[in-house]
Amino acid sequence: MTSVTPEAPQLDGPAEKPAVGGPRRSPADELKGHLQAYTARVRGGDMGSLPAALGLVVLCAVFGTLRPAFLTAGNFANLFTQGAVITTIAMGLIFVLLLGEIDLSAGFASGVAGAVLAVTLTKHGWPLPVALAATIVTGVVIGLVLGTLVARVGIPSFVVTLGGFLAFQGVVLIIIGQGGNIPITNETVLAIQNNNLSPALGWVLFALVAAGYAATRVLVARSRRRKGLDTEPLVVSAVKVAGVVAITAAAVAVLNEERSRNVMVVSLKGVPIVVPVIVVLLALGTFVLGYTRYGLHIYAVGGNAEAARRAGIKVARIRTSVFVICSTMAAVAGIFAASRANSVDPNAGGSNTLLYAVGAAVIGGTSLFGGRGRIVDAVVGGAVVAVIDNGMGLLGYSSGVKFVVTGLVLVVAAGVDALSRRRAAASGA
Amino acid sequence: MTEPILSLRQVNKSFGPAHVLKDVDFNAYPGEVMALVGDNGAGKSTLTKCIGGIHPIDSGSYEFDGRPVRVHEPRDASALGIEIVYQDLALCDNLDIVQNMFLGREERSGMVLDRASMEERALQTLAGLSVRTVTSVRQRVASLSGGQRQTVAIARAVLWNSKVVILDEPTAALGVAQTKQVLDLVRRLADAGLAVILISHNMNDVLSVADRISALYLGRMAAEVRRADIDHTRIVELITTGRSGDLGLAPEQTGETGDPDATPAAGGSDPAGEADAIRPGDAIGPVVEPAGPAETPTATDTDDEVPA
Ligand SMILES: Nc1ncnc2c1ncn2[C@@H]1O[C@H](COP(=O)(O)OP(=O)(O)OP(=O)(O)O)[C@@H](O)[C@H]1O
Ligand SMILES: [Mg+2]
Repeated sequence: MTSVTPEAPQLDGPAEKPAVGGPRRSPADELKGHLQAYTARVRGGDMGSLPAALGLVVLCAVFGTLRPAFLTAGNFANLFTQGAVITTIAMGLIFVLLLGEIDLSAGFASGVAGAVLAVTLTKHGWPLPVALAATIVTGVVIGLVLGTLVARVGIPSFVVTLGGFLAFQGVVLIIIGQGGNIPITNETVLAIQNNNLSPALGWVLFALVAAGYAATRVLVARSRRRKGLDTEPLVVSAVKVAGVVAITAAAVAVLNEERSRNVMVVSLKGVPIVVPVIVVLLALGTFVLGYTRYGLHIYAVGGNAEAARRAGIKVARIRTSVFVICSTMAAVAGIFAASRANSVDPNAGGSNTLLYAVGAAVIGGTSLFGGRGRIVDAVVGGAVVAVIDNGMGLLGYSSGVKFVVTGLVLVVAAGVDALSRRRAAASGA
Repeated sequence: MTEPILSLRQVNKSFGPAHVLKDVDFNAYPGEVMALVGDNGAGKSTLTKCIGGIHPIDSGSYEFDGRPVRVHEPRDASALGIEIVYQDLALCDNLDIVQNMFLGREERSGMVLDRASMEERALQTLAGLSVRTVTSVRQRVASLSGGQRQTVAIARAVLWNSKVVILDEPTAALGVAQTKQVLDLVRRLADAGLAVILISHNMNDVLSVADRISALYLGRMAAEVRRADIDHTRIVELITTGRSGDLGLAPEQTGETGDPDATPAAGGSDPAGEADAIRPGDAIGPVVEPAGPAETPTATDTDDEVPA
């Protein structure tokens, strides 16, 4: 769904009702209207993250039954650190996908950024902030080049980023050297994917996030009610907030369990540090896309570029900027990947990284045709991809089978996207 | 007599080899409805887009409120107070009604979009247009009927305190009642002092609401006349042949063979406008290239469109 408000569009009751200042409807009517609008939206092909969320539940049930090890706290924590890289790349990709463009080079862009981090930190001994800045700037520059070639020169993004895919792979190889491997020794970088928050800090952050989430919803609803506008029925808001809070609380509780095999040697518990980092990125991305003029203009350009241009939107600038965001997010993912692998090798960001990231976005509900998608799709879809990869690994399948299955899931998700688009066209919704 | 608020002189516009607008003069007057008529492909929409800054004009002058202005992009036109309902409506299907109405001019409080106050204004505007069929302004435009979409596009144009409103075939998809609503709106806007330009193929609508009529014929302005000085038959003649009695283009301009020295007489009660529209001995030559689709290579329009 692309509405800037987090709530679903709402049917306004009978048409004769005066548009402004009409009488309040009863809560039951409101709820009914809301549900009707939601059903209409799903029927019209806009299912958002719903299929992915359902799929996630099914996958977890299946893997949990077949391999009880899947449902352990240790493996649960694994899922987060495994999924962090592709989810972060997918978040950036969603900006590009919203314009109906693609960035095939995002995987290796993260590799280049990781290589820059490793070289500046380990080889040149730069201070961490400077090395991190160099890593991020690498992402920005890559995005500027790609975006300019697409938006100003007019080369299709598929071709530009396919070129980037090959070229950045070469750059990583040149920086690291064939067969080479640069270790990461910086404690702070390693901590991102290897250390955990203390259980107490985990609960404090949880409380902040839960309160912030609930407060935003209440504030938005209040300001709308004050103007006499439709609001999401209170029940629906309450259920949504309670659901999100409950799931998050459960996750924090599980992650706070002891998951060390030998507690005498080392204690291993708490929320992995990368999780709150992802939550911040998620909140930031949601804010930008859902609540700012810039985000709205991204949807507009993705929906109808010519209409956006006639509305005075600087289309080329928007187009360039999404590539900058995508490559910058890829650079952040490169830091996560380096932290997880404790090193950077010539294949950093290669192999299935990009495919998994695109898969995450599409599985999560972002359309490849542009104009539809949300940042949270990257998280839900990323979780699906991580669960498939992790669960099949536990079941002892080879990489080959995992690739085939993930590839198929991606195609199926893209198929659902294409079909729901056809359906939307047919139903006019 | 009233001075035009919008005045184009000798405007030319080509798309590659297709010369679509040829030395066009065009005016719009405050408080009046100017109907712009012409056959399919005559150049009405192109003229609209030139006024709106979608297509920059190749040559000619563009005056607004008596001052020469430069309109290179859509922002320039809206800054002048020109609002356009395009023939293709130019709506974003994936956005809802409010988002479309405010696109490019969103209200914000701080950095955040002020969704609530935009919605409030949108509701008021739609109520002012007596729109009854739209159930919620939070509905996506993709889910609207053709007529509802047209209504949204019109509502977007009247949302702003504009001075000139251009409606390119605004009633094409509308039912009888809604068409009447739009024509009433056109009248109300003009009575409120705006200059309204109405493009329509429906001569009854044109005759019922227009104060003046401009007729385009194959990219040339055949005539600008007052409504009172013309009737149905003569407009149709102007549209189909570019001429009607003492009105219209010289024979060599319409592509007819005729007396090359024939100087069309200025007629009607608007000699000034006429004299500008009719220029004997045109430099283009006696044969008017029909700007039909067959002669319009699609490749030529690429620099004007946003890459898809
Ligand atoms: N972007 C473009 N590139 C090339 N040719 C164009 C372009 N836009 C319009 N034309 C040509 O200009 C001519 C005039 O088109 P225009 O759309 O202005 O006609 P119109 O008077 O609005 O017709 P209608 O009544 O069918 O809407 C047509 O021959 C058309 O093919
Ligand atoms: Mg037209």
